[in-house]
Amino acid sequence: MSSIPHDHAAAHGEGPDGHAHHPTGIMRWITTTNHKDIGTMYLWFSFTMFIVGGCMALTIRAELFQPGLQVVNPEFFNSMTTLHGLIMVFGALMPGAVGFANWMIPMQIGAPDMAFARMNNWSFWLLPPAAILLVGSLFVPGGAAAAGWTMYPPLTIQAGMGMDFTIFAVHIMGASSIMGSINIITTILNLRAPGMTLMKMPLFCWTWLITAYLLIAVMPVLAGAVTMLLTDRHFGTTFFNAAGGGDPVLFQHVFWFFGHPEVYIIILPAFGIVSEIIPTFSRKPLFGYASMVYAVAAIAILSFIVWAHHMFTTGLPTAGILFYMYATMLIAIPTGVKVFNWLATMWKGSLTFEAPMLFAIGFLFLFTLGGFTGLVCAIQPIDVQIQDTYYVVAHFHYVMVAGTLFAFFGGTYYWLPKWCGRMYDAKLAEAHFWLSFVFFNVTFFPMHFLGLAGMPRRVPDYAQQFADWNMVASIGSFGFGFTQLLFFYIVVKAIRSGAKAPAKPWEGATTLEWTVPSPAPYHTFETPPFVK
Amino acid sequence: MVRTKASVRAGSRLLQTIIAVALLGPGAALAAPEWNLQPPVTPIARQIIDLHSFIFWVCVVIFVGVFGVMFYSIFKHRKSVGHVAVQFHENTTVEVIWTVIPFLILLFMAFPATRTILAMKDTSAPDMTVKVTGYQWKWNYDYLQEGFGFYSTLSTPAAQIENREPKGEHYLLEVDNPLVVPVDTKVRVLVTAGDVIHSWWVPAFGVKQDAIPGFVRDTWFKADKVGTYRGQCAELCGKEHGFMPVVVEVVSKDDYAKWLTAQKAKAAAAGDDPGRVWEQKDLIARGEKVFAGNCAACHQLTGKGVPPAFPALDGSKVVNGPKAVQIRTVLNGVERDGKPTAMVSWKALSDTDIAAVVTYTRNSWGNKTGETVQPSEIKVARQ
Ligand code: HEC
Ligand SMILES: [Cu+2]
Ligand SMILES: [Cu+2]
Repeated sequence: MSSIPHDHAAAHGEGPDGHAHHPTGIMRWITTTNHKDIGTMYLWFSFTMFIVGGCMALTIRAELFQPGLQVVNPEFFNSMTTLHGLIMVFGALMPGAVGFANWMIPMQIGAPDMAFARMNNWSFWLLPPAAILLVGSLFVPGGAAAAGWTMYPPLTIQAGMGMDFTIFAVHIMGASSIMGSINIITTILNLRAPGMTLMKMPLFCWTWLITAYLLIAVMPVLAGAVTMLLTDRHFGTTFFNAAGGGDPVLFQHVFWFFGHPEVYIIILPAFGIVSEIIPTFSRKPLFGYASMVYAVAAIAILSFIVWAHHMFTTGLPTAGILFYMYATMLIAIPTGVKVFNWLATMWKGSLTFEAPMLFAIGFLFLFTLGGFTGLVCAIQPIDVQIQDTYYVVAHFHYVMVAGTLFAFFGGTYYWLPKWCGRMYDAKLAEAHFWLSFVFFNVTFFPMHFLGLAGMPRRVPDYAQQFADWNMVASIGSFGFGFTQLLFFYIVVKAIRSGAKAPAKPWEGATTLEWTVPSPAPYHTFETPPFVK
Repeated sequence: MVRTKASVRAGSRLLQTIIAVALLGPGAALAAPEWNLQPPVTPIARQIIDLHSFIFWVCVVIFVGVFGVMFYSIFKHRKSVGHVAVQFHENTTVEVIWTVIPFLILLFMAFPATRTILAMKDTSAPDMTVKVTGYQWKWNYDYLQEGFGFYSTLSTPAAQIENREPKGEHYLLEVDNPLVVPVDTKVRVLVTAGDVIHSWWVPAFGVKQDAIPGFVRDTWFKADKVGTYRGQCAELCGKEHGFMPVVVEVVSKDDYAKWLTAQKAKAAAAGDDPGRVWEQKDLIARGEKVFAGNCAACHQLTGKGVPPAFPALDGSKVVNGPKAVQIRTVLNGVERDGKPTAMVSWKALSDTDIAAVVTYTRNSWGNKTGETVQPSEIKVARQ
């Protein structure tokens, strides 16, 4: 850590904001160790992958517009579902959350930068090669991986070399996440300004602290799982091959030991963002701060003992089914506490509904719906009917898109003035919310019906009775996809020609980042602030 | 032309649905199977649907309550109506209440769920047992006590899938040979797979069991209504995953007895005396069927395959070379670098079927070897 002040001393030099000695142009971005630059790169990377993954989603929805095969062949279709999942999870949502962390954590705890500034640069620059491997695998002989983002063997053992690309991409992204997490944990534990005790930290920092621990715990497990796949594929091991004494279901256990905490890795930072936005626009402190922290911790701990709820149809023993069902149901309690606390924060507040607040309320409403369908899925006998159907697809898009993605949109509208020093077009941002909200529901709500009625997921074609809802969902998805171009336009317009933003554009905001000018200077809090 | 007509039809059906929803309200719409779980025909499926309805309504009540509060707050506590924020941020009593009450609600959900799970897992004392094996991309049904079995493959013609013909009523949910079981009989199902993981799913029975290669799992059902019930493979198993339906015919006990007798007679007749010498044209005719049912998914009806994943048989060196090599390929499958490829062993087919399909491929498309392979040759090659 001693390198931090040192770095800055070197970088600082003459200019008041320390730009003087930095390389410019592309080299600025390649060599930067500044948490704000790196945060910006993470966010743009996330958005790019969001568009790439979105195009894949639209390919899927185009094929499913009507029964019959029209647009793509089944193999390519399977590659699309696989890459869509991998890219959205590892390319869009996780880096997006790290982007917010990079920008906001140092500013919220009054630290000058991240603890390991060079490692920060490295953990970002690992991502583009991983993305190139994933997308590039579409063009290798045999095509991209087509066995689903869950990569279950033995299907993945049959696959062509696109699968190896995917495995290496997962390795690289895992390494990047682990480095990012070490950085975040060290920053939060060591670089807080004097007086900023842990229990005074903004909730966004808390959720990220816990998320970072989850990441360190489970990313190596995923790396282990895909490495076993790799050796089964190429080096004659039989971890997952019954003929050689292995067990295909073993992979599922290992994968979901990573996979369930992973869903909290994706949602917890979103909880954090929403917990910043709601108090600001309610002009009231967050209700039940301490119980919010405990609820996040409880969710994180429980997330390690529920993984087999993804495997309710593999033929678990009765005791196993009961254990995983009860444990999963318990997660509803801390999650409920969070929702109630957010509502209590709004209660008797002085509410205004700017774009960040709209997205936060949209999050609250739809995430809760996704939570309810999660509870339905947790009931094992019901899960037997809906596992691997469109019901599950609906469920996790409610928590990942209307949950995390909406929180990211809200967070962007909340902090964009701080990031670029300019305001965005508020009317357009509100339109972005309403269009997203409506099209999201047109796309994903009917999927509950499809799943209940018996439509499996990951199929390129379907029986006639599923035709109507698929058509509705496809129309909604194109609406949702094109709406996101509006988001791009709003952000670019704000950066290029938005009105100048004050240091604190939101009346109710209280956290440290609002005490520095907008745009935030290149270096902030080089002399730590004192927190009462 | 066909496509335009199809889209007009789909469009009008969409319109009808929208109108139906608008006019009749969700109540009527909920009755239609496109909205909810399929009508159950086993005690377990019935329990599942009751469980789902119960939890659904509990969730609806909570949802309306919670978001009623939120919308009240949104309308009454907004700055624009002059509401001033009250600065409270803690209240231990309500926090305890909203932790304990959900816990109690969960207990009420866990209780009936547990009862159903115990019933589902009780596969003891079955009246009969069938073994289901998933393959890429078909099901094999083995009547263990009766000593016969058969494959069950999608019977929807490719022309319907490729939009060259109008789609039939049971598009993608129809097979050549359905599983046939008697009504009111506890059927234990042993589920396994021959290549990758599949999942055997019949919604009306409330049964979904993953088929795992190398392991046998069991489940059961007892259908109490005669009829045809349709489901699908529910675990991604490769290219044709969307095209391997499950069809079960539940028939009366009398009809089942008749069906059994007929099947056994057929099995005996088709037990195909492996010593019989066939005419080439008969073998080719039979081989065409075997090929369409087993090989065309990969090698395609045109014999052109899907290179590089699935090689063409039309013009293939193996198919046009010495027949012993081809027989070995089909019997044993192909290994590359010591690992099995998608071309698995077809030993499970009868001698006659293998002879037929080999003869067919050697004399179809551009392949003109003129050779006939007799079942007896396969029998020898097996040893
Ligand atoms: C699951 C897909 C699949 C199915 C079904 C399948 N095959 Fe194959 N087949 C393959 C693949 C893949 C290869 C190439 C294996 C290799 O050489 O790596 C192959 C190779 C062959 C070859 C050798 C071709 C050559 O030129 O090397 C023959 C002959 C053949 N299959 C016949 C059949 C017959 C007959 C059937 C039906 C009983 C059948 N296959 C079913 C996938 C399949
Ligand atoms: Cu989970
Ligand atoms: Cu399948």
